[in-house]
Amino acid sequence: MKVVITIIGRDRVGIVAMVSAALAANSVNILDINQNIVNGFFNMVMIADMSGAAINLKELQQLLKDKGQAMGLEIKVQHEDIFKAMHRI
Amino acid sequence: MPMLSVQDILETNRMIAENRLDVRTITLGISLRDCGHPDIKVFCRNIYDKITRTAEKLVQTGEDIEAEYGIPIINKRISVTPIAIVAESCRTDSFVPVAEAMDAAAKTVGVNFIGGFSALVEKGYTQGDRILIRSIPAALATTERVCSSVNLASTKAGINMDGVRELGGVIKATAELTRDRDAIGCAKLVVFANVPEDNPFMAGAFHGVGEPETAVNVGVSGPGVVKRALEEARGADFGTVAETIKRTAFKITRVGQLVAQEASRRLNAPFGIIDLSLAPTPAVGDSVAHILEEMGLESCGAPGTTAALALLNDAVKKGGIMASSYVGGLSGAFIPVSEDAGMIAAVERGSLSLEKLEAMTCVCSVGLDMIAVPGDTSAATIAAIIADEAAIGMVNNKTTAVRIIPVPGKKVGDRVEFGGLLGHSPILPVSRFKADDFIARGGRIPAPVRSMTN
Repeated sequence: MKVVITIIGRDRVGIVAMVSAALAANSVNILDINQNIVNGFFNMVMIADMSGAAINLKELQQLLKDKGQAMGLEIKVQHEDIFKAMHRI
Repeated sequence: MPMLSVQDILETNRMIAENRLDVRTITLGISLRDCGHPDIKVFCRNIYDKITRTAEKLVQTGEDIEAEYGIPIINKRISVTPIAIVAESCRTDSFVPVAEAMDAAAKTVGVNFIGGFSALVEKGYTQGDRILIRSIPAALATTERVCSSVNLASTKAGINMDGVRELGGVIKATAELTRDRDAIGCAKLVVFANVPEDNPFMAGAFHGVGEPETAVNVGVSGPGVVKRALEEARGADFGTVAETIKRTAFKITRVGQLVAQEASRRLNAPFGIIDLSLAPTPAVGDSVAHILEEMGLESCGAPGTTAALALLNDAVKKGGIMASSYVGGLSGAFIPVSEDAGMIAAVERGSLSLEKLEAMTCVCSVGLDMIAVPGDTSAATIAAIIADEAAIGMVNNKTTAVRIIPVPGKKVGDRVEFGGLLGHSPILPVSRFKADDFIARGGRIPAPVRSMTN
């Protein structure tokens, strides 16, 4: 299963490091990263593969939500099918 | 398949976060045809057991899908076989205990509404229909989550004017029995012409007799998303407006289709239909009236409103139909007054009247919906309003409905507060001219020539 991770918040040092460390620690493989800063706001969209993951989607959502909150970020993890359903025929 | 683009991902999440895109309801249809019993106590236990067993995982499944995909699923609901049919063999003169069993089952499984306290009487009554219709006021007054509907007309059968007259009185009696709560009972009662048997939306949902044992029916929504898309097309011609709505409706419906398939798989119940409706809520940014105004009307109800609504309704269907494998239910834009911030504002401004709403129902889904009228509106006048709507449905081969609330003690200029998704509304004026002798006639208005299609 592939998931889409979106991260929004005020830019600071260590956001990418925090998210990728959390994913690596739980064997979630990053497939694609797209990141930019607009007016001091950090935006990142990641696509990751959970087929070999050590945790399930719910656990990953909670983990990144907690870690994000600690850094003032909003992190969402969603099954990629909602985006595919809407944008691919 | 190519990787998803960042633009696509952000667009979807913007629709959800800023424009209130959601799945309005997952409604699990459950047949109660195997529950019949002469002893009403046994019958009530049978339906309670069947509903709670079949829908045990409904709410949890909805919440799981919501979390995994990040799409809000506002309501999880249940529809059942019309009670007038399945309770008919009970030896009783009241079906109120059946409504209480449905209410208890709804509370046990955690759904906010259960529909199907219903009768289909377009051509006449059976004994069970009579008992059910007589039981409606008390049933809606003593239960919290039960919804009731009666089909009074169809293109094939004509209009049952005895039923129309009786329902005028039933609506008044329901208002009276729930007068301490602004006649909330009437918000849970819809009368129909050409009722669909797979509608997932309340208060009119029931599980039709031609339906399978169970079915997952999903209602999509997203007026805010359509409004936002049209903001990008200001000043463009109507071809562009229609195309913009179609594209948006397609995207909204694809999400509904995904949710329906997942719910069907996880609940082990066949996928029934997607209802391609634009269902507003009282929240800001979730209004059908504001879409019509975005097309260039000063206020909903102004001249041009019917044409704008016709375009909207048609474009929603054209966009949605290719996005879903099975389409059904009501499928069209809803115009419930108290549930739509723009409609409420339009009534307050004086641009939207009962008569204009009636015209609008000729070109969109459903009919006069969530209309609060003065408490002294007579049963005959309410019946005559129902007859007019039924005639529109019958002649135009479409569904029409009336959900009207004569609020005891309230008059034009007053307001009424139903709370939650049912919203609030000013009291709308009703014509002071009477139709008492017309309604007193009774009998059946014959089916129109256009019903003879064979």
